[in-house]
Amino acid sequence: MLVLVFFTVRLTGDPVGLMVARNATPEQREAFRVAHGFDRPLAEQFIGYLGNALGGDLGKSLRLHLPNAELIMQRLPATMELALAALLLSLVIAVPLGIISGVFPGSPLDLLARLIGLAGQTIPSFWLAMILILVFAVNLRLFPTFGRDSLEHLVLPAVALSVASMGQMVRLLRSAVLEVSRENYIRTARSKGLSEIVITLRHVTPNALIPLVSVVGVNFTYMLGGSVYIETIFAWPGLGTLLNDAINDSDFPLVQAITIFIAAFAIGLNLLTDIAYDLIDPRARQR
Amino acid sequence: MPVRIFDALSPRQPRLQLRVRLPYGVHRLLHDPGALLGLILVSLVVLTALFAEQLAPYGPTEGSLLDAKRPEVWQEQGLEGHLLGTDQLGQDILSRVIYGARVSLAVGFFGVLLASAIGVTLGMSAGYLGGRVDEAISSIVNLLLSFPYLVLVIIIATVFGRNLLNVIIIFGITDAPVFARLVRGEVLRLRNVDYVVAAVGLGAPTWRILLRHLLPNLVGPLVTLMTFEMSAMIFYEAGLSFLGLSVPPEVPSWGNMLALGRKFLYIFPWMSIYPGLAISLTAFGVNLLGDWMRDVLDPRLRRAD
Repeated sequence: MLVLVFFTVRLTGDPVGLMVARNATPEQREAFRVAHGFDRPLAEQFIGYLGNALGGDLGKSLRLHLPNAELIMQRLPATMELALAALLLSLVIAVPLGIISGVFPGSPLDLLARLIGLAGQTIPSFWLAMILILVFAVNLRLFPTFGRDSLEHLVLPAVALSVASMGQMVRLLRSAVLEVSRENYIRTARSKGLSEIVITLRHVTPNALIPLVSVVGVNFTYMLGGSVYIETIFAWPGLGTLLNDAINDSDFPLVQAITIFIAAFAIGLNLLTDIAYDLIDPRARQR
Repeated sequence: MPVRIFDALSPRQPRLQLRVRLPYGVHRLLHDPGALLGLILVSLVVLTALFAEQLAPYGPTEGSLLDAKRPEVWQEQGLEGHLLGTDQLGQDILSRVIYGARVSLAVGFFGVLLASAIGVTLGMSAGYLGGRVDEAISSIVNLLLSFPYLVLVIIIATVFGRNLLNVIIIFGITDAPVFARLVRGEVLRLRNVDYVVAAVGLGAPTWRILLRHLLPNLVGPLVTLMTFEMSAMIFYEAGLSFLGLSVPPEVPSWGNMLALGRKFLYIFPWMSIYPGLAISLTAFGVNLLGDWMRDVLDPRLRRAD
């Protein structure tokens, strides 16, 4: 975590050149540098920033003149709502579909599963979002196009955001089921005379779901990234629009604060995933 | 000639691979409609990018405001000579989509080349040298991999200026950890294989083991990963353009066209439909080709079905 924050701060380099108007005089640049503490040695800046960050102070936005932490917390619920909805949607569709397609390769549902798997890899979410708006909002008038008022507003953005992870989950589950089906214990279960339904539900499914655990965590953080496009397109008032606005305004402290926040969130989630993995898979515990 | 002894010990993977596997690959290509489709799609995109001048009816920034905002030619308002319509400046959509292939392919191809070069160097050093070197490289790699990729690219892109070379460098660096991880794992596995142990025992220099005995065996998984990463990079470049962080807005790239199209989505939807379609078809083709390469080049992943 420490290394990561330091890394991020280093990566952003000298922000003065980006934040000051191009025609600023050297004196103006210097004044700006001093005012924002960029004149101090990098290590000192880093330690100062780090201390503040750990205390929940992520600096102040240059354009909005509000504490970054406050801005983030304001927007966080909307993003969480969208990302969780998208995650839930991918799970609800991907889990049954992935398992069925693995158990019955070649069936019509398998074809559907493979199509979804392919769509996740080949259709950019931001383009899908625009097509969804055109079809379901503009032409069919089934859903609202932007904003966040009711559950209806959530449908299109959640669908657009979920496709990539849904596709990945379907592909993963399908191959996991195919792989597990070849294991010896499945053959044993079959030779014991267990019905196919019992074998699928009690032996294949739990084992095939194990690799999904790690994907769920990773996908959730990727959705936070993907929300930058989706939120912007649907004018969803979350972290993604905040980040996009901050980029467009060259509001450097805010961009940095949001990325650090997302990074910290991702690391926390990775840790949780690892713990969950240990709880679920006894093989991981032994190592 | 002491050098020959090492060569004799190594199974000489690359030549063997070509002799034994090429027919399998061709066979697979001819009997797998997906692979064939992938090859056709990718070749089409590559040819389009190479011969954009000859193929495009107009220049990418050529247009008259008198012809602006026209839909596809088959629509009522369509204009003769502008098959897929024009944008808000009267520029021909089809021509811009054709020229846009250049940006996407350049970023995908050179980005992956750079990423794999960095990744292979790091991964081989980590896997073969081990110890502190491995620890240092692995911790950086894992750190970067745990970061949401898009966010990582965004931070770096906000710092760099907007031009094609910078975009390629950004993707080359940020994607390198994926290659490093793969190569490290493969090297860890290969360094205990008999012919490598034998070569070490005979006193072959490190560079020789790395280049002659390890690298050729990495080609299969590497090429497969390169294909998939290439389609991912085309995606991310479009996404970065969409956020206004990739090539300058006047450059006709698919992502830039989509970013502009979004502003006119409700009134001129054709501005957004075709660049997105181009991205999807390219990614589709590259993915199909990647599946085929994985089947052909990586025998361990060869599927029974």
